[in-house]
Amino acid sequence: MNKTRQNILLILGVAALVAVPLFMHYHGGEDVDGSSAFAGTDDKAQSVIAEANPDYRPWFSPLWEPPGDSIESLLFALQAAIGSGLVFYYIGYRRGKNSVTANAQRESAAQKFVPLSQPSPRMQSENA
Amino acid sequence: MHIMEGFLPVSHAIGWTVAAAPFWGYGVYRLTKVMRENPERKLMVGAAGGFTMFLSSLKLPSVTGSSSHPVGVGLGAIMFGPGVMFVLGTIVLLFQAMLLAHGGITTLGANAFSMAIVGGLTAYGIFKALRFLSVPLGFAVFCAAALSDLCTYVTTSAQLALAFPDPLSGFWGAFVKFNSIFALTQIPLALGEGLLTVLIVNALTSVSREEMAGFNLVPEAAK
Repeated sequence: MNKTRQNILLILGVAALVAVPLFMHYHGGEDVDGSSAFAGTDDKAQSVIAEANPDYRPWFSPLWEPPGDSIESLLFALQAAIGSGLVFYYIGYRRGKNSVTANAQRESAAQKFVPLSQPSPRMQSENA
Repeated sequence: MHIMEGFLPVSHAIGWTVAAAPFWGYGVYRLTKVMRENPERKLMVGAAGGFTMFLSSLKLPSVTGSSSHPVGVGLGAIMFGPGVMFVLGTIVLLFQAMLLAHGGITTLGANAFSMAIVGGLTAYGIFKALRFLSVPLGFAVFCAAALSDLCTYVTTSAQLALAFPDPLSGFWGAFVKFNSIFALTQIPLALGEGLLTVLIVNALTSVSREEMAGFNLVPEAAK
């Protein structure tokens, strides 16, 4: 299959992998026990550790925590933006560079032919 | 998911930091070498690091009902080798630990070991092995990225099981339990990461065919 079709299928595959869990576990908000749907696995690990080791106290806490879920979402979005910015900057840079190179190649190839408007030397001596 | 701040006992936190240190040293050496090779490499390294940064920021839902983050070190490891990713992955972890309280400074060594070191090494190793066995390029990229994502989380489970063994079933019991939280949830995300890595390789190949051929990332038939 051609590249475009392959890329579209890849994107659809990723979308399906993300969408299927949403349909499987749709609770419409918070669960009965107060935990929100799709809790992060690191929160789950925390509770598992606490259950088995009730005496364990984390001996260090984060130097700074985002004040609330909205700010946390903002910072994750910022991280995604910086990351994808780096990727697409490079792709854009290359596309620009490729088109300049292609134009230059086309121009240098065109200059190899003698322009038709100039009469050839043989014709001039015949008319004299 | 990274091990949260303070959730590894002091001795373990120090131990994993010490274990990661030589890899960081090697990674810095490799990174400076790659960046000096030619100026365009800097942008490509930036793109590889950017891909890691982007993927690890996504909190994706999984079929188990919980959510997790992909890893994203596969692309850079396949292109530049694992060494570069030891450093780039750690930079992403530092960003997340300091600004997002996701992961931690005390757990940086352990998280870098699972994500940057094991993740980078497995992606590179699996890719090389599959290509040696003449597996088609796209499928090799997919498998390397997806399996390295899973290996990262299996490593995290092992690190937690070492620190918090089950009182009855010891390390292995805890290992199975943590894997059931992390690794099971991670499977669809790992598959998604594999697909996204193939996608980005396609995109990079369409604009930088020569460089990607230099990384052995262009199918033989088309060369």
